[in-house]
Amino acid sequence: MLDALTLATGVAALLLAAWCGWAAYRDQPTKDWHFIGMAVVSVLALVQLVVGVVQLARGEKPEQGTTIFVAYLLGAFACIPAAGFMSLAERTRWGSVTVAAGGVVLAVLEVRLYDIWGG
Amino acid sequence: MTSGEAEVATTTRTRLISGPGVLLVWLYGVMVVGAVSRSGYQIATEFDRAPLAYSLSAVAGVVYGFITYSLVRGGETARRAAVVCCAAELVGVLVVGTWTLVEPSAFPDATVWSDFGMGYLFIPVLLPVSALYWLRKSRRELRG
Repeated sequence: MLDALTLATGVAALLLAAWCGWAAYRDQPTKDWHFIGMAVVSVLALVQLVVGVVQLARGEKPEQGTTIFVAYLLGAFACIPAAGFMSLAERTRWGSVTVAAGGVVLAVLEVRLYDIWGG
Repeated sequence: MTSGEAEVATTTRTRLISGPGVLLVWLYGVMVVGAVSRSGYQIATEFDRAPLAYSLSAVAGVVYGFITYSLVRGGETARRAAVVCCAAELVGVLVVGTWTLVEPSAFPDATVWSDFGMGYLFIPVLLPVSALYWLRKSRRELRG
């Protein structure tokens, strides 16, 4: 369950990065559709956070430690909203680049989460 | 502060985080969270295993935090402070990166700056270079 979510969130984050990178390439700021995309990715990360905490509560242990696991879950959840707010403040192509960078960062976090859980 | 300096500060306060600056602030913010939480956790739980590596990560986190704050604050004084810190950061990455390659035994565990920041997609070495470029460019714009 968690591994599938990690994969889905990572792929969605990369798609978001490519989409916003395309917007930046065309010299456009992030638009409503991009924010809907960010919301989808953020919801995935939130579901992952909830599922991760539920699995911890059931007594399952991440391979590399509970503290690191929870810290990465929280970081993954905060990543896209933070980039999204920065792109709201910067209504140029650079706002789009920032969200694209956020997507790449989230994808890296997902790879780390996969390792930490021990999948 | 003289009145001239105050004028510069008020007219340029927000200039550092417009355009490419916003991307820099985002990446520096990510590095602050990464370096501070990582070193904080490691120092709290297993400091004795690699004191040098964990202390260096903590220093990196503090430097990143200061640069982020300077960029967000804006203004000429903050810009100069950020230039100094970015230069220090670049020197730090190069020295620690070389050090980890030449004498790996000094580092039982990795730091943020090990192998020139390879574990962080080389962002630690690319970031100060692009930040210095951006800060120099903003100075030219301010004067021109």
